Amino acid sequence: MATKFIYRQLQGNETKYYLFLCLIGIIASIGGFSAYYMETNGHHVTGMNNHIVWGIPHIFAIFLILTASGALNVASISSVFGKAIYTPLARLSGLLAIALLIGGLLVLVLDLGRPDRLIVAMTTYNFKSIFAWNIFLYTGFLAVVIIYLWMMLEKRMNHFTKTLGVVAFIWRLALTTGTGSIFGFLVARQSYDAAVFAPLFIAISFSLGLAVFILVLAAALSADDRPLGVYIVTKLGRLLSIFVAAVLYFVLVQHLTNLYATEHHGVERFILLEGGIYTGLFWIGQIIIGGFLPLLLLLHPRFNGKKFNVYSAAVCVIFGGLAQLYVIIIGGQAYPLVLFPGMEITSSFFDGAVRSYIPSLPEVLLGIGGISVAILITAIGLKALRFLPTSLEDSVTDPNVNKAP
Amino acid sequence: MMNKNKEPHENTNTARRKFLAGIAGAAGLSIASGVTLFSFAEANDKTGPVSSKVRWGMLIDTLKCADGCNDCVSACFKENGIGSTGRPDTDPQWIRKIEVRNPKTERQISLPMMCQHCADPPCVDVCPTGASFKRADGIVLVDKHTCIGCRYCMMACPFQARSFVHEDLTDQKTDIPRGKGTVESCTLCVHRIDKGGTPACAEACSDTAGKAILFGDLNDPNSEITRRVEKFASTQIRADLGLDAGIRYRGI
Repeated sequence: MATKFIYRQLQGNETKYYLFLCLIGIIASIGGFSAYYMETNGHHVTGMNNHIVWGIPHIFAIFLILTASGALNVASISSVFGKAIYTPLARLSGLLAIALLIGGLLVLVLDLGRPDRLIVAMTTYNFKSIFAWNIFLYTGFLAVVIIYLWMMLEKRMNHFTKTLGVVAFIWRLALTTGTGSIFGFLVARQSYDAAVFAPLFIAISFSLGLAVFILVLAAALSADDRPLGVYIVTKLGRLLSIFVAAVLYFVLVQHLTNLYATEHHGVERFILLEGGIYTGLFWIGQIIIGGFLPLLLLLHPRFNGKKFNVYSAAVCVIFGGLAQLYVIIIGGQAYPLVLFPGMEITSSFFDGAVRSYIPSLPEVLLGIGGISVAILITAIGLKALRFLPTSLEDSVTDPNVNKAP
Repeated sequence: MMNKNKEPHENTNTARRKFLAGIAGAAGLSIASGVTLFSFAEANDKTGPVSSKVRWGMLIDTLKCADGCNDCVSACFKENGIGSTGRPDTDPQWIRKIEVRNPKTERQISLPMMCQHCADPPCVDVCPTGASFKRADGIVLVDKHTCIGCRYCMMACPFQARSFVHEDLTDQKTDIPRGKGTVESCTLCVHRIDKGGTPACAEACSDTAGKAILFGDLNDPNSEITRRVEKFASTQIRADLGLDAGIRYRGI
């Protein structure tokens, strides 16, 4: 089946392509200038402070890192689980994984207090820190996926694809476990310190990665006037529905476990009932728009068989994922530390009070800059190498169509 | 011919001797100064090298800590050159006073909160570069040369004891390394301890009527702090985490 597919570089209108590159390049540069502005003035120009120490840049960075490992799943399903229908999508899946991870890491690094000391982070390690492990997990992931892509693109190496696919799949599970454990290992805070963060983040990465993959696939094929059939899109949509349901399941487990323990009732009341923006984002953003609405669009018979509904569901999943990360990262910090259980406390450092956070423009622009870098790498990759199949219409992807005389 | 040959030979020997003596002198001087510098680095002025035989800590008697008294905070800020920019959300606070009220009994206490100098500090565990570290004598510090400003330690600290330097600093104290883009917290006035002194907050509190902060060696069975910890019930904040904090509290 794989032999049927022909892969070609982007061949459409060159002027439009380079204009697009320039536009995305400008947005990425604005992100770079924002980072420079934050570093020269100090972080007081951002919305972050001594209480909300991680802000919008971390939401974008973790979004991109989770999406990167999730985007690789399409390739994994093809080479690890032997589903041939996903084979023509595997190359784009690998390219996206690399592009998104680089975008995410850039945001993370540029938000450091001392990004000029990146060399220190790369040479001085404390191996008890999950951050130190992540440095290896992220750079190793890039290396593994680059080799994996090489095996896919080079015909003489094709027989190694499955082996590399297995390595990449295990690696991406470890990577997302590492990302979830950034929060899972935090003993100090009521809303973190839970093992469920590792599988929850794996589920989020599956769902976000596939949602982004579906939209990029549709955009890239459409920009180059290549056909994309309903069959493959709805198949990806059905897979997305399983991932969305998995995220909802882990969220349910996360909150039920907390609700069972009296010591966590305070933080649960905050997130689920009284947290203002966080409660709103949880129920409306994360659960309704990011969970139930995509499930409805993907599974209800009335919406079946329409590509637009799958794209809409993917957009909802991305919005819901961002809302979920906002609730986890910002909401988790906004809830005050419990120093004296059962007591009311006040101080000049705002102990005992819900912390406020108003994102600033430079932070948002830095995050958007990271997304732009990911788009830039993807666009250049698609133009330079044969990542994209010439056609994904139903006649080449749907096995039922092929069986017809 | 022989004499003629001998003379320059003797001259050469003299020159060589002078040269060798010079080299030896220079080498001796270098080694001596090196050894001296090494000994400065190795040993502190009065207390000797840092040793795990010592565990510096504090006992804070909340029964003596006056509500509204801020002397320890002022002394810390003065000692360490911590100023206010008028932006309380981003201003560093190495020590702060917390008012704790029991809503059921209306009992209210006041206490200073700072880095608890844990024996198993979560900030040290999570720091990717090892910039957060614990000295052999129990003092938890941040290495200003290897802190990359990721703020993971601030996420990990159960006491919210750490601050991030959000902007440029001016008029810094030479003894207190600080820098924009890095994380900092109470050093237990390590620069004073290494000279045989006591932390500024403890000193300020003993100068006033309060005398609520007692500083000392928790490992020394004869120290005042050990005797009081043995005699009176004291507790650690978030003792449930099992971090073995060096700061103990009485009366909470």
